[in-house]
Amino acid sequence: MGVKVYGIPHSTATLRVLAAVHEKELEYELVPVDLRSGAHKQEPFISINPFEQIPAFEDGDLTLFESRAITKYIAYTNEGKGTSLISKQGKEMADLAVWMEVEAHQFDPVSTKLAWELVYKVFFGMEIDNAIVEENEAKLAKVLDVYEVRLAMSKYLAGDSFTLADLHHLPGLQYLNGTKVKHLFDERPHVSAWCKDILARPAWEKVMALQKQARND
Amino acid sequence: MGIKVYGSDYPITPNVMRVLAAVYEKELEFDYVPLDMKSGAHKQMPYLSLNPFGQVPALEDGDIKLFESRAITRYIANEYENKGTQLLTKDTKKMALVEVWVEVEALHFDPVAIKLGWELVYKKIFDMEPDMAVVEENKAKLAKVLDVFEARLTQLKYLAGEAFSLADLNHLPIVHYLMNSQVKQLFEERPNVSAWCKDILSRPSWIKVVTLHEKLKG
Repeated sequence: MGVKVYGIPHSTATLRVLAAVHEKELEYELVPVDLRSGAHKQEPFISINPFEQIPAFEDGDLTLFESRAITKYIAYTNEGKGTSLISKQGKEMADLAVWMEVEAHQFDPVSTKLAWELVYKVFFGMEIDNAIVEENEAKLAKVLDVYEVRLAMSKYLAGDSFTLADLHHLPGLQYLNGTKVKHLFDERPHVSAWCKDILARPAWEKVMALQKQARND
Repeated sequence: MGIKVYGSDYPITPNVMRVLAAVYEKELEFDYVPLDMKSGAHKQMPYLSLNPFGQVPALEDGDIKLFESRAITRYIANEYENKGTQLLTKDTKKMALVEVWVEVEALHFDPVAIKLGWELVYKKIFDMEPDMAVVEENKAKLAKVLDVFEARLTQLKYLAGEAFSLADLNHLPIVHYLMNSQVKQLFEERPNVSAWCKDILSRPSWIKVVTLHEKLKG
């Protein structure tokens, strides 16, 4: 029996989990959650995630929530399969821990605000708040300056191998790449090379194909 | 060469306290290096080579350098697996639950609780006026988060199971700050949350953190 991912392929957090299942080449079922009808705020979903958010995850009788907890579980329980996404000792483990936190606390808050304004609002024909865009563009530039220095030292954020630290960025990068803030990535040669590299991974391309198909359904 | 923890002078920020809790739980020898943050030492070299985002804490362990408090506590829990308190578990399913509640602290509890800590504790220390609109908004949000915790802690002694783990440890600093503020009643009026708070705040390692903190007050 495979694993179940509860969510939708447009949500960045769901996409983060889908990237991990594909990197690990796992059998899985994507169980859609009808957000519009409030399914995430009711049983049976809230028994799986009392914080009423997607994604959630099921492996036999184990249920999990929080995308970055799910990706870690997927990575640690499938070490022999697919891509290795983790390091377990010493300096590499330390660097992995650091750059996973950087994604969650430095990159994601800014990336989420920009994606809300420049992707979501545009899609739904809502008015963009330019003050928020400007403020977060400036913040993103500063964050990417740090990334530029880091990625001059190693091919990926936590070392010379692709890990969860890089994978966690994929949904945010994909969305921002289609907006006007793309230039912030393009202007920084190491960041640009890293983005191109990870967005071109076969596992991610499969996730994008799934998303496209969901749009057409 | 031993461990160095870089942090603030008095009052020690919650993120720094998180790391101190971990080093004490693991019974590690370390030097505490308070930075002169008033003069911006954390935003300049040489500190920026430890944390390019110019924030505290940072940690040096031999030639390993780390920043982000939750990366540091995770590193300490892994690297010193065989010392002091077990903060992780080899059981993959139990460890998955630790990971979930580590995320809950970072993404549900902390964003709300730290705003309340800032308004009600930090500002008080610096004689600044709290923004009561922010306080009311975040009190309501914290109440909702603590309702989830209350349900969780009805079934289990700690957030991720029957044993104290990294998930509980990461909560210590802000629980401590808020239990010394006007929002402590949010914790006290939920019996399981209240019992959990009392339990974790009475851990010898946490008492050592508070002792160090008071010493810095001078």
